[in-house]
Amino acid sequence: MFGSMLGLGYTCLAAAGGLWTLGLARFMFPNILTEPPSRFKVGFPSDFALGKVEEKFKAQFGVWIVNTEYNGQPEICAIRTVCTHLGCTPNWLEAEQKFKCPCHGSGFYKDGINFEGPAPRPLERYAISLADDGQLEVDKSKLFFEEMGQWVDPQSFYTG
Amino acid sequence: MHGNHEVFLSRIQMGLGFYYLILCILNWSAALMAWRSGIRPLFKLGGLTVSNLALWMLLGAWFLILAPIAMMGSPPELPEAVKHLINSLSGPVTLTVGSLAGMAFLFLFRNWWTKPAVAWVLLNLAMFGMGLAVTDANFFEIVGKPDNVPIVGLVFLLGFFTWVATYRAVINDDRRRQGLPPMEKVDDEKVLVWPDLVYTEMICMVAVTALMLVWALALPAPLEEPASSVKTPNPSKAPWYFLGLQEMLVYYDPWYAGVVLPSIVVFGLMAIPFLDFNKGGNGYYTIEERKFSYIVFQIGFFELWIVLIILGTFLRGPNWNFFGPFEYWDAHKVLAQNNVDLSQYFWGGLLERGMPKAPAGSSAGTEILYILWRESPGIILTLGYLLLLPPIMAVTVFRSFYAKMGLVRYMLMANLLLLMASLPLKMVLRWTVNLKYIISIPEYFLNF
Repeated sequence: MFGSMLGLGYTCLAAAGGLWTLGLARFMFPNILTEPPSRFKVGFPSDFALGKVEEKFKAQFGVWIVNTEYNGQPEICAIRTVCTHLGCTPNWLEAEQKFKCPCHGSGFYKDGINFEGPAPRPLERYAISLADDGQLEVDKSKLFFEEMGQWVDPQSFYTG
Repeated sequence: MHGNHEVFLSRIQMGLGFYYLILCILNWSAALMAWRSGIRPLFKLGGLTVSNLALWMLLGAWFLILAPIAMMGSPPELPEAVKHLINSLSGPVTLTVGSLAGMAFLFLFRNWWTKPAVAWVLLNLAMFGMGLAVTDANFFEIVGKPDNVPIVGLVFLLGFFTWVATYRAVINDDRRRQGLPPMEKVDDEKVLVWPDLVYTEMICMVAVTALMLVWALALPAPLEEPASSVKTPNPSKAPWYFLGLQEMLVYYDPWYAGVVLPSIVVFGLMAIPFLDFNKGGNGYYTIEERKFSYIVFQIGFFELWIVLIILGTFLRGPNWNFFGPFEYWDAHKVLAQNNVDLSQYFWGGLLERGMPKAPAGSSAGTEILYILWRESPGIILTLGYLLLLPPIMAVTVFRSFYAKMGLVRYMLMANLLLLMASLPLKMVLRWTVNLKYIISIPEYFLNF
């Protein structure tokens, strides 16, 4: 069997298949740079009034800074602007006081908890902390999931 | 829409006038055909017998009168009360129940509505209704959007092909009752590929190319704003042929509605030849010999594909809310839709206690057990639906099917049917009791 033309053929086939698989695996890791700095400053805690959703960082950083009550205590948190259903960008509707996704109608309360439409999980939080100069700093490299009980992590919010 | 109605009417007056003119020409062509191929009495009105020739002439004259009126900018319009009625009726529940009732009507009265004269009157009514409805600015904006024009065409094409197939099936079923072979067996004269078929194809090709050219010139492709990763258009719609899928995604998790269910549809369609034991209808139209297949197909294709596309195209507006066809697309329309999981209903509503939750700091295994315990009502319900129902159906409604198909083929068919039914069931549950997920395990992205 080994050494025969058939064996040689299958060996070549297996080798080609292996190389192709490796190539495919390489394809999963494209040559890209992950854009904007994963850490950026958003301003002083006093800039964010209680009950307000700050939208000005949405376009550049994909984050809402929200100062709202969660579990009875006011917190400032950085909510990621990606719907947990299929990844569209929801809109903040000031009049209705909710985030609403235009793709399949998922709705989220101001604190990011899902309540309508198909979204299965609350919106995700980025890490937020106070920098040395007294400004709030968002760290996009860390994510916190409510359904995993991670919103009690002190890194996921800032209380004055 | 709060814009000036007269300005809007002046914008569409010429188009609408020509639309009525075309309807007039269509009806008079039908009259000409009736005159040539034999005038038949249709019905009696008092002592007067109305023939098809007279009716088509009258209808044509009616549209001929409407044409100049529309061109002068004062076309007949739907009363506001009717618009409000249609708006309030076009919720998801009415739409589904209505389309099911419509299908039942089409099935039960197929001998009546497939009569050419009846079908022609129905077509006239639909076209006239369209002419009335486009005088509403909100309706025109949705229907006249270049993206949506093909879907309006699709609705009429679907009507036409449904009519052709049902008409021929009715004739064949009639002949079968008289002991005659189907029309296709009688009219089976062989024709040559060259020149008959190739010529037909070439003429079709030229005609379709001409149509596409005119279409492309008359209705330019709509361009949207530049793409941005932080701003999603509102509403954000898939291409029209995917709007059924997008509608499914409203009710299910992405992995199920976007991957599993479409795959089941594809594999289920591939399985049909192996599941089908009915030899009737091979090469000819029939309904009576294939009632089960016919009804399943109509529900799967018409109800779960076409109706969902129409719903997604015309009735879904900003924030993916429901809007009536004559309703202004208000991005701030408030709809209360608090969706609740089955487990929340069970533990919170029924047992009036908190959801089972693993104590803080417990191991992953314990957490999974707690999650399974929390979702047990939904899991039991789903397993019962997929494992218990097929045997029950085998000894009740599908007794003869089971005898003919054997265990494996029957189980396959029963499960495919149940999975197909899971979509409308879930939709109805969402609309009526605001059910979000039957099994909800967001911790592991598993929701059903």
